[in-house]
Amino acid sequence: MAEQFVGKASEFKDGDRQIVRIGEQEIGIFKHEGEFYAYSNFCLHQGGPACEGLTIARVEERLRPDKTSMGLHFTNDMNFVCPWHGYEYDMKTGEHVSNRKLKLRKYEIVQKGNDVYVVA
Amino acid sequence: MDLISDRGRRVQVEELNTTKLLAHAAKQTRDRKFDDVLIVDVDAHHYENENFGEILPFMENEVLKQLVLSARAKAGRGSVLPSTPGFQDMGGRVTRYPLRSTEKTDPSRLRDAQLGERWMDAMGVDYSCLFPTGMLNVGLHPQKEMEFELCWAYNRWVTEVALPQTDGRMFTQLSLPFGDPEGSLRCVETFGHRKGVGGWMVTTVRPKMPVYDNAYMPVYRAIEERGQTLAFHSGPSWGDHTFQSCNRFISAHALGFSWYNILHLTNWVVNGMNERFPKLPVLWIEAGLAWIPFVMQRIDHEFMLRPSECPLLKRKPSEYMREMFYSSQPMEIQDMDALECTFRMIDAENSLLYASDYPHWDFDLPSTIWDLPFLTDKARHNILGGTAHKLFKLPPRNEAQKANLIKYGNYVEC
Repeated sequence: MAEQFVGKASEFKDGDRQIVRIGEQEIGIFKHEGEFYAYSNFCLHQGGPACEGLTIARVEERLRPDKTSMGLHFTNDMNFVCPWHGYEYDMKTGEHVSNRKLKLRKYEIVQKGNDVYVVA
Repeated sequence: MDLISDRGRRVQVEELNTTKLLAHAAKQTRDRKFDDVLIVDVDAHHYENENFGEILPFMENEVLKQLVLSARAKAGRGSVLPSTPGFQDMGGRVTRYPLRSTEKTDPSRLRDAQLGERWMDAMGVDYSCLFPTGMLNVGLHPQKEMEFELCWAYNRWVTEVALPQTDGRMFTQLSLPFGDPEGSLRCVETFGHRKGVGGWMVTTVRPKMPVYDNAYMPVYRAIEERGQTLAFHSGPSWGDHTFQSCNRFISAHALGFSWYNILHLTNWVVNGMNERFPKLPVLWIEAGLAWIPFVMQRIDHEFMLRPSECPLLKRKPSEYMREMFYSSQPMEIQDMDALECTFRMIDAENSLLYASDYPHWDFDLPSTIWDLPFLTDKARHNILGGTAHKLFKLPPRNEAQKANLIKYGNYVEC
């Protein structure tokens, strides 16, 4: 495992992403709410570029206490979506939002001063 | 450009480049040496409405042509084809839908052919069967004359304009105006001999479709005599009263594709069509596979109790079903044991045909077949292209493919 330089932290705005390639590995690095997250860019479904699609808020269906539905709403939690088929992953964990057992490989991010590295 | 995300938030993305989008598919193609395997995609699509400016002038009837040309001239407010609600792009999550118009192609050559080559090359697909998208709703048109005219114009454009620009990489099963049996026969007789025509496609999205009606027998006979295929292509129809109880697109989509094939295949088998046209290859397209064992068991059960209602049948319905063909996509890979059972029940080694459905949202790569742990090498080669090679007489594109076709007993002179 080696540290691979990704970029300058100050050059990442919130919502930015970068794809880095290390040998056969492709890693998607997101900056979200001030934190960095890094995941394998190979979707667990058919191998699509899981980190290269839309980032979009998670959807929930709200129920009243009597179990009647209040409809669909965006939450404040963020997902990223594989652009091939729509597999949707939790930004903070890399888990598929419908099956938490399905989880993208997560990579460690190391910050040294203003430099951002991914450990791969 | 910007994509619209949640609450109107804008997400900046690059313009679409199919080759780049499918770079991981190209890696799979290299890793699995797909160049050595003849891969035929029996169900891929283009968006023919983008070519309506070229297609509609092929309509024969001047009055109906005037109606659609005038409708299209209303700056996007006119419609030519019926449509039903749908959210295939998942609110922009499947980005090739909203980005489609940004992809650059050479203006001197048919855009659909260029886009087709990009995804076919990435996936390792040698040939693909070109089907329309919006025209799959042509059976919902209230005017059978208009259905005929639109299919006629589309069939002329495909065979005279589109296929000649694909360097032989695309073939088609042309659109039958099924609401007009006489018109359907005229299409078969007029276009059946044209280069790249492997068979005929009936869109099953229709309010009523009696596949057993005597009016269609001359059509089936004409297709059988030409050694061509008859394909029933399914689709969703959220507006159909059957699906108006569905409050989410996922429900109408998941059920709709299977339902229409369940319905028409049942009528096809129960009315003894396989006995009447034993040499007519019949394909059931884009309904997945999980429905087939259900129908086999259900109809076999009732057949044993009510044989007097289907006296043409000499065997169980499931035996006829095993002799027809099924496209693989969208393959339900959720329970591997169930999928293996399905493959066994349908004799997939001889009846299953790989399909991508690209560029639609739930496309399948060839690896979905290749990587199945329970398949033999022969089954892999048959499903990905060997069986389609025999059906559509598509020649191998290199010596390695030819050697594999011979090795697995599929090679025929083309």
